[in-house]
Amino acid sequence: MAKYWKFATLIVVIIGTLVWLAFAGAGESKTYYKTIAELKQMGDKAGTKRLRVAGDVEKDSIVRRGGEVEFTLVGENHRLRVIYTGTEPLPDTFRDGAQALAEGKLGPDGAFHAGKIQAKCASKYAPAQPGQPSAGPAPKTS
Amino acid sequence: MENLGSLAVLLAFCLAVYAVIGSVVGRLRRNPFLIVSAERAVYSVWLLITVAAGVLVHALLTSDFRFAYVAQTSNRAMSQSYKFAAWWGGQEGSLLFWSWLLSCYAAVAVWTNRKKVRDAMPYTVAILMTTQTFFLILNAFVVSPFQMLAEDGSIVAVTDGMGLNPLLQYPLMRIHPPILYLGYVGMVVPFAFAIGALITRQPGDRWIHVTRRWSLITWLFQGMGVLLGAAWAYAALGWGGYWAWDPVENASLLPWLSSTAFLHSVMMQEKKGMMKVWNAVLVSASFFLCIFGTLLTRSGIVSSVHAFAQSPIGNYFVAFLAVGVAATTYLILDRLDFLKSESQLESVVSRESSFLFNNLILLASCFAVLWGTLFPVISEYITGEKISLDAPWYNRLMIPIGLFLLFLTGVGPLFAWRRTSLESLRRNFLIPGIAGLLLTAAFFAAGMRNFYALISFGFCLFVALTVVGEFYKGSRAISQKNQMSFARAVVELTHRNTRRYGGYLVHMGIVLMFVGFTGAAFNQDKTAEVKIGDAFQLGHYTLKVREITDGDNENYTWQHAKIDVFKNGEQLDTLEPERQYYKASKQPIGRVDIRRRINEDLYVNFASMGSDESKAVIQAYIFPLVNWIWFGAKVVLFGTLICLIPSKVKLQYARTEVVGIAKKNVPVEA
Repeated sequence: MAKYWKFATLIVVIIGTLVWLAFAGAGESKTYYKTIAELKQMGDKAGTKRLRVAGDVEKDSIVRRGGEVEFTLVGENHRLRVIYTGTEPLPDTFRDGAQALAEGKLGPDGAFHAGKIQAKCASKYAPAQPGQPSAGPAPKTS
Repeated sequence: MENLGSLAVLLAFCLAVYAVIGSVVGRLRRNPFLIVSAERAVYSVWLLITVAAGVLVHALLTSDFRFAYVAQTSNRAMSQSYKFAAWWGGQEGSLLFWSWLLSCYAAVAVWTNRKKVRDAMPYTVAILMTTQTFFLILNAFVVSPFQMLAEDGSIVAVTDGMGLNPLLQYPLMRIHPPILYLGYVGMVVPFAFAIGALITRQPGDRWIHVTRRWSLITWLFQGMGVLLGAAWAYAALGWGGYWAWDPVENASLLPWLSSTAFLHSVMMQEKKGMMKVWNAVLVSASFFLCIFGTLLTRSGIVSSVHAFAQSPIGNYFVAFLAVGVAATTYLILDRLDFLKSESQLESVVSRESSFLFNNLILLASCFAVLWGTLFPVISEYITGEKISLDAPWYNRLMIPIGLFLLFLTGVGPLFAWRRTSLESLRRNFLIPGIAGLLLTAAFFAAGMRNFYALISFGFCLFVALTVVGEFYKGSRAISQKNQMSFARAVVELTHRNTRRYGGYLVHMGIVLMFVGFTGAAFNQDKTAEVKIGDAFQLGHYTLKVREITDGDNENYTWQHAKIDVFKNGEQLDTLEPERQYYKASKQPIGRVDIRRRINEDLYVNFASMGSDESKAVIQAYIFPLVNWIWFGAKVVLFGTLICLIPSKVKLQYARTEVVGIAKKNVPVEA
């Protein structure tokens, strides 16, 4: 029986370590999905958690200053000033009107300091393209 | 043409259903004609899906923009090879591609086994064709690639399509998806044989012998597919990452982890008749994880850079998974008596136990990745808040797991079966162990303070030396006995037991890849806004922006930067990153330039023009050792191919005895 105890102990130790790593590490790398409206309601708590906020990039709001990029996210009639300071280059799909996902923390200055931006190009699947009259109709099954 | 495609898919669907019913009824009623006709239906399904795929590919290559799919994923200016690659560039096409690969696998599996495993074969055919039916339902009724663009009831064509996503217009992208799919889809074959064996209570482990090559090839495709994806991300996405724990990346890793566990634990069943339940569970888990991976990629249930738009097919996959998992679980539970283990574990320091821990760790990591990937879904369900776990969480968990696996890679193969004597431990591990410790100490003395990097380098040397030691000992014995040159003896040794020595080569490749992964601990980067003609510093490199030119071709417009690289005042190279703007899809994209060297890569991205026209924003990175990953991958590929060559010496399960000298290492078998 002794050998089974050895196995059991080893297995418990390994699994235990992994579970501990998984839960002890979760706190710092948790990111909460919030809408801009929810974020505004969070009040003081908003500054402590890492958040992921989605919205549309307001037209002509993108300003680049050296390594920093500032823009405004719009969603459900709420606006949020975002300052991007991450090291990764902004995705190529990030531009006026794109749907963007900003990840970071709300700063004391009221601006959202993002370390990561994901963007989906909104116009990719737009059916009509100017100058191509025949490109109008939406796909239908024949 | 489009009607031919739709018709072929419909007919294939009917025949796949027939094959399922025909083979099961034929088996139950013992009607050989019905069984054979079901097998022939499998070939016909292949033929029909090939016709359908041919129609779609033809439409893509000839830019037939009446097809909605062609208009969405292709445009006239694209080269023929990308037009072909657009086959798997969108949802509908890629599911047809899945179906087609599945039908190829099924046809080959049925053909190569037409004279073998007769009693279980009908069930194998039924499982293969059930999966095929599922995908054909999607192809025919849910996301048909043969939808036409219509206006007022008549079919029309657009003048030009929207083009393949520019990120996918990259050479590696032509092969990454097919390779990964070959791996994903291939898992169905070992699964089908395993289930067939379970249903018929086939004695012994014949299904394992039948499917060994399948599992190995599938595993290879999966691994290579994942790595090609990593290589693509590294070279195409512009920030030099090859792995970001993105849900879709995780989805491709999950079945690889479980099938790696499977490849190891089948050896336990072949050799000792142990872990039979476990193997049945693993092969099923790998298959369902492949389906799950397809679900994750295609349905958009977790947000990901790769995921396609929200689509209705998620529910179909969930239903298929639910039914499949439930049926498999029931079957395994029902056959537990038949899967009884034939021997027992004897010692913690034994080959058996190292396999056990290898499996435990691989499965734990699989579960961890799955947990992390689904955490947004789980947390939303439990707490109502959608919370995601990010790369730091995975790294915290997966780095220790990876290092422990690396350690097992070194010790496992050298432990003897049943139990290992202290004497053999000392003989096998003394030199590699001391060398590993010395390397760690040397790096520490040189100022390296990254804990995991120190351990990783030490383990890498340790494992590499154990592998080299195995080759050296074996080859020396052969060269002395047969008076052949040492190099010749290495080949002879490997040929005598390709599984074992091919496996060592795979382990060696993994070690090289770990060296590359460890290099990431020392990455450097810098973003600079530079005036044209000016220079900036990164590490020991000076980068000078010489000029920026622009131009135009029919697919995209471009801005091209020439950046001279200096080190110690001496010019080494000129890097030429480019920004492109694709006209059809209206998407800008950066094309990086990389100076690849064995010790480090210098990686330069032209991010954008600066605040005025005379300035450019340049991002530069140094990635130490990253090349070792791609080299290690080639070694893994080579090693796996060696494993696939039949051994010269025919043994049920070849062991140390082949070598001739190692006999005294192994405790005498009872």
